[in-house]
Amino acid sequence: MDILSALPEITVLCMAMFILIVDLFIKPQNRFVIYGLAQFTLFAAAVFTFQSHTPAVGYLFSNMFVDDTLADVLKLMTYLGTSMMLVYTRQYMQLRNMFRGEYYAMVLFSMLGMMIMISGQNMLTIYMGLELLSLCLYSLVAFDRDNPRASEAAMKYFVLGALASGMLLYGMSMIYGMTGSLNITEIANAISELNAHNPVLIMGLVFVVAGLAFKFGAVPFQMWVPDVYQGAPTSITLLIGSVPKFAAFAITLRLLAQGLYPLAADWQDMLLIMALLSISIGNLSAIAQTNLKRMLAYSTISHIGFLLFGLMSANLNGFASSMFYISAYVLMTLAGFGMILLLSRQGFEADKLDDLKGLNQRSPWAAFMMMITMFSMAGIPPTIGFYAKFTVLQAAWQAGFTWPVVVAVLLAVIGAFYYLRIVKLMYFDDSIDHTPIKAPVDMQLVLSMNALALLLLGMLPQVLMNVCGLSVVTSLQ
Amino acid sequence: MTVFNQHLLSFAIWLPMLAGVMVLLLGSDQAPNRTRWVALVGAVISFLVTIPLYTGFQLEIGTFQFQESMSWIPAFNIHYHLGVDGFSVPLILLTSFTTVLVVVAAWEVITKSIAQYMAAFLIMSGLMIGVFSALDGILYYVFWEAMLIPMFLVIGIWGGPNRVYATVKFFLYTLLGSLLMLVAFIYLYHQTGSFALTDYYDLPIPMNAQIWIFIAFFMAFAVKIPMWPVHTWLPDAHVEAPTGGSVVLAAIALKLGGYSFLRFAMPIAPDAAHYFSNVMITLSLIAVVYIAFVALVQKDMKKLIAYSSISHMGFVTLGFFMFSQLGLEGAVVQMISHGFISTAMFLCVGVLYDRMHSRQIADYGGVVNTMPMFAAFAVLFAMANSGLPGTSGFVGEFMVILAAVKFNFWVGFLAATTLIFGAAYTLWMTKRVFYGEVANAHVAELKDINPREFSILAVLAILVIGFGVYPEPITALLQATSAEFLTHMETSKLPISNIPAVGI
Repeated sequence: MDILSALPEITVLCMAMFILIVDLFIKPQNRFVIYGLAQFTLFAAAVFTFQSHTPAVGYLFSNMFVDDTLADVLKLMTYLGTSMMLVYTRQYMQLRNMFRGEYYAMVLFSMLGMMIMISGQNMLTIYMGLELLSLCLYSLVAFDRDNPRASEAAMKYFVLGALASGMLLYGMSMIYGMTGSLNITEIANAISELNAHNPVLIMGLVFVVAGLAFKFGAVPFQMWVPDVYQGAPTSITLLIGSVPKFAAFAITLRLLAQGLYPLAADWQDMLLIMALLSISIGNLSAIAQTNLKRMLAYSTISHIGFLLFGLMSANLNGFASSMFYISAYVLMTLAGFGMILLLSRQGFEADKLDDLKGLNQRSPWAAFMMMITMFSMAGIPPTIGFYAKFTVLQAAWQAGFTWPVVVAVLLAVIGAFYYLRIVKLMYFDDSIDHTPIKAPVDMQLVLSMNALALLLLGMLPQVLMNVCGLSVVTSLQ
Repeated sequence: MTVFNQHLLSFAIWLPMLAGVMVLLLGSDQAPNRTRWVALVGAVISFLVTIPLYTGFQLEIGTFQFQESMSWIPAFNIHYHLGVDGFSVPLILLTSFTTVLVVVAAWEVITKSIAQYMAAFLIMSGLMIGVFSALDGILYYVFWEAMLIPMFLVIGIWGGPNRVYATVKFFLYTLLGSLLMLVAFIYLYHQTGSFALTDYYDLPIPMNAQIWIFIAFFMAFAVKIPMWPVHTWLPDAHVEAPTGGSVVLAAIALKLGGYSFLRFAMPIAPDAAHYFSNVMITLSLIAVVYIAFVALVQKDMKKLIAYSSISHMGFVTLGFFMFSQLGLEGAVVQMISHGFISTAMFLCVGVLYDRMHSRQIADYGGVVNTMPMFAAFAVLFAMANSGLPGTSGFVGEFMVILAAVKFNFWVGFLAATTLIFGAAYTLWMTKRVFYGEVANAHVAELKDINPREFSILAVLAILVIGFGVYPEPITALLQATSAEFLTHMETSKLPISNIPAVGI
């Protein structure tokens, strides 16, 4: 396998450093060049990823790094999500004096972290990617450094995040101790030969699952999610809430579905408890929120619960459906936070629920897009959110989780309530705020396509389902 | 033309939705007349394309006709599979016809966001026709759920003072039931590997699974019909909805539930349907008798009609679960007839409300003195609602009562009391609103109906009397289908080894 498989990572790394240097020599009014460079980097990475794609699974750097269909697809989705996020956040950052080169370099570095996680075939690679991502995110949360709320959020995120990384590392060390390897495939082979009820191995598994759950924001490791979502600048919340979930999903698959697959019976139970808790606590807490970002944070927690339903099925059907779920989730999150960014303006964060009042009168199109997003999050057909829930629930049913599926379905009704409230605010109430909505054309265009994609993929979900099924099958078999 | 003939149902579903999108694009509050005309043309064309379903229907065939099928989501073996039988054709025509009426009835009444209002009803019409013609579980579920969105908006945007409570209650009640139905579909999918309804019809299912499936479907459909005791969303939704919303809810949305019992719950789980038949008959009788008493004490006209709808829908479920051809056909005739009569009743209330902005019975009195023409129509529809012979309301109720007497005298007796109670609450309301002295200055100033209102009510009056005198056009459609249905229902679907153990 030649080094070209890692060309996207190399490109992103070089370009991020190049942006840092260029930024020193560029006048502030020409900073859009940096933005262009960042978008170009994503495009180039996408081209390289696409070109280097082969159906075969390739290993690189002494089996530390894997290049398979799953990695390629997830990376392409990550580029797309990051690119959309950069479009949505440009005006927001400009108006708040945060339109700086560091922002773009940092985003690219965090994305590099995600790419390494996605391609990690060794626990060390995975951990390195995760830390690169996390460190960038910590500092991005504090990017608006004079904002005390953001600093508080960054501090909380850092302390709890470091704890979670510690737990993950601790679990990895136990697994290494029992299996004598850090390589995912070798771990799986070693565990199959060991006694399944090896207490140290189980302890290691518990810590790994806890670390992963923390990164996802699943209950009972969800405490950081609402505070960070609310405290961070909306553009960073958009980043944290969207694309890193692809990377988290990838390492969960590599660790649980590949490396620790022989222990599936043990982690299935853990995921089941976390899934049910996440859906119930996420949905119930979301009802009480008045801050839109905080509400979406709790909504994320409940979505992660549904995602875990797919993962805990522990079969290819379940993994493919959770990949479908995460793709749908990222698209919905991008649209949801994109709308908050669209409504924000200088000195005004549209992050209260009441800021959405009467949106239908101010801009019927914006209200319509937000409505699609909300119904999609609630899982009402004909949106993609319905198929996302449907696929994970049928996978869990197939795996024998009959009652959890019924409970999850009932909890989804509670979830529908707070999404409906957003629709109510936009359509049934009169607006307090009559400021016209001003946004760059490219943002309006991309956001519209994003929301319409939720509807279109809801009517024709087959292509995305095939892509997810294919990547999971070729990479895990 | 061949494309048209082969995809008749697709046209019936997608044309109104396309018309809805066109209204959104072309219409605006600045150009209200253009908006209305686009909507009307769309609704009329959508109605016209459903007529070939009736004229081209082959009466002697009891299975699905006008079928279309193509692969939609191969990953889950989901098909875009449409087809109709004698149960669904009259309901589809009722849907597309009612949409035309709703558009006309809203003509000058709706002044806020006209385009969105018209589009919501056109899109809803397409979705409901989709429900009536889908033969694939997921396709059906998508139409069924998607229909909630426009209805939620219609009640919430154009409704009365307490509209938010009513519309959220409506949405969540329905969603709860529907999600349990989705679970039932997931179970059936893992048994058969497909979502095709015809596969489900042939699938043998053990008794305890049938019972759970029936309960899951029951939760979805009983809420929609609505049956006692899950009916409480309906009075709220009806009272708060704008006239068009009430009409669509009563005339069509309730029938979605009744139809779905025939299409899904009963044929998929026939043994459970027999097992629960006494429960269902009891619930139906409670709706017929108890809800009639509730209707009697209502002070709000719309609420009274809403309760009357629940009571009449009790006849529908009663007719289903006696498993006789007469009862079954009577129930379907009752669904169609109730579609016309409730539409007419709600439009009458709408006529009064547009003038007086009150739905309280106490605010009226002696309307006949100022609006004689309108009063004539209103009294006719009130008579039809109480089941006067010669109106369509009589035909369905009489068939069901006959079947009930044959089934069990006391069931028939209780069902027949509706002829008294129904007359009591409807005619008492009519008396208080229309007759007597002119109650107050507002009533004295009322103007009689204009040509637009006259034409809507006249069309409905012709239909109500026409089907009352000559119901053959509907019953002819039903015969082959109901015979086929009953044959299916009498065949046990239990796996062979189970039959002696359960004793059915």
